[in-house]
Amino acid sequence: MRTVSSPAPLKNHVRMEMAAVADNVALSRVTVAAFAAQLDFTLDEIEDIRVAVSEAVTNAVVHAYGDADLGGGVNHGGGVNPAGGANPGTVTLEVAHDGEALTIIVTDHGRGIADVALARQPAYTTDPERMGLGFAIMESFSDELEVASEVGRGTTVRMVKRPRAARASGAGEAAGDDRPV
Amino acid sequence: MKIEQEVRGRSLIIRLGGELDVKSAPEFREATEAALDRHSSNHLILNLENVSFVDSSGLGAILGRYRRLQQGGGRMSLVAPAPNVRRVMELSGLFKIMPVFRAEERALEG
Ligand SMILES: Nc1ncnc2c1ncn2[C@@H]1O[C@H](COP(=O)(O)OP(=O)(O)OP(=O)(O)O)[C@@H](O)[C@H]1O
Ligand SMILES: [Mg+2]
Repeated sequence: MRTVSSPAPLKNHVRMEMAAVADNVALSRVTVAAFAAQLDFTLDEIEDIRVAVSEAVTNAVVHAYGDADLGGGVNHGGGVNPAGGANPGTVTLEVAHDGEALTIIVTDHGRGIADVALARQPAYTTDPERMGLGFAIMESFSDELEVASEVGRGTTVRMVKRPRAARASGAGEAAGDDRPV
Repeated sequence: MKIEQEVRGRSLIIRLGGELDVKSAPEFREATEAALDRHSSNHLILNLENVSFVDSSGLGAILGRYRRLQQGGGRMSLVAPAPNVRRVMELSGLFKIMPVFRAEERALEG
C-alpha cells in the first residue's frame, strides 16, 4: 500500500548516438523495448513502442541524409558506406521515464522537413516506393507526437507513451489526491 | 530475415521469418522479384506466420509486390499474420486490397 512516505517513482534515461544506417533500426527497437520494460506496459504496448521507434529511426536513416536524387534507396543496404564516401550522418536516440511515462526522442542533423504538417499527413511521401505511413503510425501508436524540424539543420521527433494500467490507476489516485496541480 | 520459396503450379509461396523492416525489406523485394521473373507466377502467397515485426518499410515492400502482380493481371494473398503484425497492417489499409487466409492451403484454393 502506498503511504505518504513512499519513495518518489524512480527515474531513468538512456542516450545513444548511432550512425544513421539500417542496421541500427533493429538495435533501436531492442534498446527501447528493454528500457520500456522498467514501466508497467502490456506486451501490446511494448509492440506499439517498437513500431513507433522503428518509424522514427527509419526516417532518420532513409530521409535525413540520403541523396535527394536517389530517394530513400540510398541507405537501404545499411552498413558502412562503400568506398568510404560521404558520412552516413548520425541519429541520436534518447529514452527517459519518470516512473509513469516513457519519452522517446529521435534526433538527426540532416536535411530537415520544409512543411512538417504536410509531411505528417497519412500517405504523404517524397519516395514513390514508400507508403507515407511512418508519421501516421507514430501518431496512432503513441500518446503524444511532436515533430520539430528545420531545413538544413535536422529533425527531432518526440513521442510519449504511458502504460494504460498506470493511466487508469493514475486517474483514480488523482481523484483522491491532494497534491497541488 | 529468413526467406523460403515454393512453387505450386502458377502460385509462388514466399515464407518470411523474422523482422520485415528497412534492413530486410530489400532482401524480400529482390528475392521475390527474382522468383516472380523465373516462374512467371500469377499468384503470390506471402506467408507471414513467422514474421515477428513489420513496420512501414515492410508494408511498402509488400504493397510494391502487390502492384507488380496486379499490373500483370495476377493477385496476391497474405497468410497468417500475427496479431501485432495485423495491427500495423490494419492501419495501412492493405487488408482492403489483399485477402488474408489462415493457412497456405486456403490461399491456394482461394
Ligand atoms: N528525419 C527526416 N528528415 C527529412 N525528411 C523526413 C524525415 N522524416 C520524414 N521526412 C519526410 O516526411 C515524409 C513523410 O514521412 P513518413 O515517415 O510519414 O513517410 P515515408 O517515410 O515517406 O514512408 P513510410 O514511412 O511509409 O515508409 C517523408 O517522405 C520525408 O519526405
Ligand atoms: Mg517513414
